[in-house]
Amino acid sequence: MFSSLKDKVGQVLLPGDEFSFQADDTISLSGPVKPEKMVCGPGLRRSGDRLLVCKSGVLRHKPPNMFWMDSQQRRYVPVKGETVIGIVTVKSGDVFKVDFGGSEQASLSYLAFEGATKRNRPNVQVGDLVFAQFLVANKDMEPELVCVDSVGRANGMGVFGSGGLLFTVSLGLVRRLLAPHSDVLQDLQQLFPCELVVGMNGRLWVKSSSLQRTLVIANLLQSCDTMTAPQRQTLFRRVAQGAL
Amino acid sequence: MSSDSVKLSKNLLRMKFMQRGLDAETKKQLEEDEKRIISDEHWYLDLPELKTKENLIIEERSFVPCEDLMFGRISFKGFNPEVEKLMALLNPKDQTDNEEEEDQSKMQTDVTDEEMALRYESLVGSMKKKFAKKRERAVIEEEDENQNVVETDSKRTFLKPQD
Repeated sequence: MFSSLKDKVGQVLLPGDEFSFQADDTISLSGPVKPEKMVCGPGLRRSGDRLLVCKSGVLRHKPPNMFWMDSQQRRYVPVKGETVIGIVTVKSGDVFKVDFGGSEQASLSYLAFEGATKRNRPNVQVGDLVFAQFLVANKDMEPELVCVDSVGRANGMGVFGSGGLLFTVSLGLVRRLLAPHSDVLQDLQQLFPCELVVGMNGRLWVKSSSLQRTLVIANLLQSCDTMTAPQRQTLFRRVAQGAL
Repeated sequence: MSSDSVKLSKNLLRMKFMQRGLDAETKKQLEEDEKRIISDEHWYLDLPELKTKENLIIEERSFVPCEDLMFGRISFKGFNPEVEKLMALLNPKDQTDNEEEEDQSKMQTDVTDEEMALRYESLVGSMKKKFAKKRERAVIEEEDENQNVVETDSKRTFLKPQD
């Protein structure tokens, strides 16, 4: 049923390309076949029985039936459940306004922190960095962030970032960093002890034992965006040998 | 009052206080009329029946489930041990880790039976001490200190001071 789509996996598609899925004409003799469900990820949208491409990029597939478009962009569109790095910009009453690099600022309730109650307010100042996930993210409503998971634990979310450096990279590099067995991270791992916070909105925060090392890592990661794997490996090797 | 000359109107007959005097037949007829009026007044759209089609395509807006992305906090070489603990906890395990998990299940019984027996051995003594009376307790302690019980004459006798 999805053979037309599977043929295109790994190819470049453009917005406006479409696929239609009609039920198979052949009737199986073994009995009623349960129709297969499919998941269309970012870059693809459903319109009735058809599937439309809405971002240009390469079509990717994950078994059994997941398809999405692998595209490069820098503009972040909030998605429910994703974790981002935000900057607190306004402190007003019971909500903080957080800038996460999207079209609109997100609201973050003061109760959405681990251990926060009406009496025990979290210590959040304007300009602080928060690592938070989206509770509400759709095109009609103001996005809302929380710093707790479903059972009220912080699990690494919340206010962070003293003595580190925040910078912005493309969303594609963020996904490369967070991919399992990421080659960039494996190269980075061999340099110095350091800590990274990676937001799905393209923001990266780095901290290492000294300011110089932090800057080196930040510059390396920023340049990773436009380097091939061998180029990156030679550069990382030079840094490891103390060239920078 | 002949019935054919004067006929009560339907609306009148339908009133509550008139219902008592009516016989079964007219009551039935009235009810039927009423039903017909109601069903006539109900209007409906002349459309084919809507079938709820099962949706075969599920939309997913996030890259995280597509590419199995990891949690966004990373620490290397023990720079932030808390984060390294979180990484182990939150990131989905891959196959190499599964083997480690199996090892861990074996490791869960890290107190062997012998160790347990040894531990309980000492526990028996301390429980015995707890239930013993004060005077007995002293005896037990003495026994514990030196395993070979020393004969001590418990009887105290008056010792005559020497001049």
